[in-house]
Amino acid sequence: MKLGSFTRHLGLAVVAVFAVAACGNTGGGGAASCSAAKTAKSAADCGGMDALVKAAQAEGKLNVIALPRDWANYGAILDGFHAKYGIAITSDNPDGSSQQEVDAIKQLGSTSRGPDVVDVGMAVALANTNLFAPYKVATWGDVLDSQKESTGLWIQDYGGFMSIGYDSSKVPEIKSIDDLFGSQFKGKVALNGNPKQANAALNGVMMANLAEGGSLDDVSKGVDFFKRLKAAGNFSKTQATTATVKNGTTPVVFDWDYLSAGHGKDVPTWKVFVPSNAILGGYYAQAVSKDAPHPAAARLWEEYLYSDEGQNLWLKGLARPVRQKAMTDKGTVDSVAAGKLPPVNGTPQFMSDAQSTAAKNYVVAHWDAAIA
Amino acid sequence: MAVAARSIQRTRWIKLQVFRYVVFLLAAIFFLVPLGAMVEFSTRANDGSRTLDYWKAIPSYPDLTGAIAASLQLAVITSIVMLVLLVPTMVWVRLKLPRLTRIIEFMSLLPLTIPAIVLVVGLFPMYIWLNNNLSDSILTLSLAYVVLVLPYCYRAIDAGLGAIDVKTLTEAARSLGASWFTVMWRVIVPNISNAILNATLLSVALVLGEYTIANNLLYNNLQVELVHLARDNAGVSIAVAVAALLFAFALLVVLAFVGGRPRRVHDEPATALAGPLAASQT
Amino acid sequence: MTVAGSPAVTTNVGRPFLGGRRLSLDWVGAVPYLTYVGLFLVLPSVIIGIGALLDANNAFTLDNFRNLSRSYVVKATIDTTVLSAITAFLGAVFGALLAYAIVTGSPNGILRRLTISASGVLAQFGGVTLAFAFIASIGPAGFVYLFAQAHGFDFYKQDLWLFEIPGLDLVYLYFQIPLMVLVFLPALDGIKPQWREAAESLGGNTWHYWRHVAGPLLFPAFLGSVLLLFANAFSAYATANALINQGQPVLAQQIAGALSSEVGAYEPGFAKAIAIEMIIIVTLVTVLYTLLQRRTARWL
Repeated sequence: MKLGSFTRHLGLAVVAVFAVAACGNTGGGGAASCSAAKTAKSAADCGGMDALVKAAQAEGKLNVIALPRDWANYGAILDGFHAKYGIAITSDNPDGSSQQEVDAIKQLGSTSRGPDVVDVGMAVALANTNLFAPYKVATWGDVLDSQKESTGLWIQDYGGFMSIGYDSSKVPEIKSIDDLFGSQFKGKVALNGNPKQANAALNGVMMANLAEGGSLDDVSKGVDFFKRLKAAGNFSKTQATTATVKNGTTPVVFDWDYLSAGHGKDVPTWKVFVPSNAILGGYYAQAVSKDAPHPAAARLWEEYLYSDEGQNLWLKGLARPVRQKAMTDKGTVDSVAAGKLPPVNGTPQFMSDAQSTAAKNYVVAHWDAAIA
Repeated sequence: MAVAARSIQRTRWIKLQVFRYVVFLLAAIFFLVPLGAMVEFSTRANDGSRTLDYWKAIPSYPDLTGAIAASLQLAVITSIVMLVLLVPTMVWVRLKLPRLTRIIEFMSLLPLTIPAIVLVVGLFPMYIWLNNNLSDSILTLSLAYVVLVLPYCYRAIDAGLGAIDVKTLTEAARSLGASWFTVMWRVIVPNISNAILNATLLSVALVLGEYTIANNLLYNNLQVELVHLARDNAGVSIAVAVAALLFAFALLVVLAFVGGRPRRVHDEPATALAGPLAASQT
Repeated sequence: MTVAGSPAVTTNVGRPFLGGRRLSLDWVGAVPYLTYVGLFLVLPSVIIGIGALLDANNAFTLDNFRNLSRSYVVKATIDTTVLSAITAFLGAVFGALLAYAIVTGSPNGILRRLTISASGVLAQFGGVTLAFAFIASIGPAGFVYLFAQAHGFDFYKQDLWLFEIPGLDLVYLYFQIPLMVLVFLPALDGIKPQWREAAESLGGNTWHYWRHVAGPLLFPAFLGSVLLLFANAFSAYATANALINQGQPVLAQQIAGALSSEVGAYEPGFAKAIAIEMIIIVTLVTVLYTLLQRRTARWL
């Protein structure tokens, strides 16, 4: 009967699609000159940089996660790595949080789609060192001891300062944080995310805290600032995106200075303000996954990021790369890009792990009620 | 008497048309204004003039075609598996296992009670096993998607089955010697073609719009690639969203035109049985 | 209405259910569905349930469920339930009206096909882009608001309600109404003109027809659709998160926060406990729905 054969063909087609898809998964790395890539603690363990490059190219793929192209110029870094070594990069979960990155290692690390490397906030890095493989890049010595884990489990990569970015054509110039209580800022001030969840937002609250005279150990003045801002009707609860910034719904955003600068593409009149009494810095950290499906490529990626080329690309994204001082001393820094960084006059402060935890606890308990 | 009846009919018809036009007008305003705002924003340049630059930037993304192809394949597979799984089961339960109705109904609603963001946590073990033993392909997502579309498709098909007399149709067909397959394929399905079409539309739209599960399982389907694109700049992010909507709409319109002639059950009461009966009547 | 006599009859209608040889074969018909759903739905739910009973060291604990009494979770539970109920009911009513307007047109017409395709697309439209669609139109910088403001009507004078629950109610309707159209249309297709004729021949007018004939007959499908819309709104996450990013007013946002927080508020067990709470709430609503169904179906 016609119908019977039709359904049979349909069934075959479905099976065929599955079979083809299953066969399409070609295996990665074969034998290369770096046979112990999975446990290599440095390029030397692998037989030198050239051996590492060869092994990575034999693997042919790199899985990265939560690296949006517009974040600190990652787009150019991904393209640069691909152009230099010819390794295909799969970029997953662009909007992912640091927690989701380590969750991906925990859950899918054993599959071929698991992330090879992660770029996470310090809180998440410190809490998940059991997931990382120790690796020291060639330029290991250029990084301060306080900015890396001694065996190479994680190493800070770039950072910036918490800032208030604003569209100067829609709101008046901001010279101090208390300007935000002005009537022209009604419903216009937003955080980049929720401080119970996002690193950038928590640091935004802490920066307000410092600007209002608080200390790193106690974030209550920061939460109180936003409570007063909400009461004045100036705090907007909606999510600040490039679209809401451009269309004028959230023309004032608390964000890392390098991320804030990105809005300049859409809004030519965008300015970035860092209060002189509240220079709050934050660095992110790199780590290699213990179960990386492409261990040689993962390590090569780290070498690339910490090479002069990689560090200067971050500089172009207006982030401060961790080797900036060493590169300036050696003269390899991109001085044009360095000159574009927002000027910072004063001593930067950084939250320690304990202070960050205390701030988190306070925020979790008080934030929702404060901005209700 | 006939004249009075006709004028009642006429006033009723007029009232109905007024009602229809008012409803359509209000619906058009409510649904089209936000979409119009998006189109306006996506064609607005930094200086306020009109521009198509953001729209023109869309086709230049190489990863996009692969993602579209994958999502289309997922839509097809999900819809087929869903229909094959759901329609016979629902008919069978109506006929033979009416006590299971509430359980089937509740299980169909369950996927909707668990937000996708936490459902994916429960799916991890299954997918790890699948990836390591069967296939790594993005098409394995369809297995999870069938579960996601269940609530919507169950409700649509249930409404369709409720509007026809399944018991009578089946008994009549079976008494004429039809096999169960014939009953399903040539008697039941044509009578609920509208419901099946609506279920398929919902299923295709869901698969094309699904983001969370694909994203957390580290697959790059259409919506994940759109998020990549959206990070480029504000105008592109909205242009791409509108383009995705138009793409899904075009696809569904094609489906709606191809997928069977919509007809109301009461229009052709006898044709439902025409198939198996016709043979015995000639 | 069995046709007797023919040896080809294999239906078991009329035979006793228990004790018949056919009993085991009947259950087989539900096996494929139950197995599939069991693997890809029940199993994950069980995994989530077990996860809710474990703490960070994988030891048994009831703390996650105890933490459900945290004030912001209780508030989110109430707000989400009310939000879902309102948008389910309003979405069902408006959706039913729109569906009726569609179904009374030409069954093969272009209008019908276009509107159901549009409904299909809009029913799944949500997230950041839907939020932005509303922000760009009626938001504080949107053209509708600016136009109204220029003409003296400032609808954000009291407060910026778009970024509070009322705003969420409105935005949710944008996908609730099309969803209702799609799932309720097949039921409206089943309206027979004989019903109208019967009502008229007994002297009833339009009101009587709807109140006593078509209404009760359509009520089961209507109620089922309301239930679907409720569950749909209850678990929606992306749209709420984009529109109201601070305060996490919706339960799904509380879950996401506990699962993906990168500042250390990471509590996966707690997130799963909230998910179990959501399942329980929807189960309760389903029970309520079942009771309502039984009451209204009694006269049929």
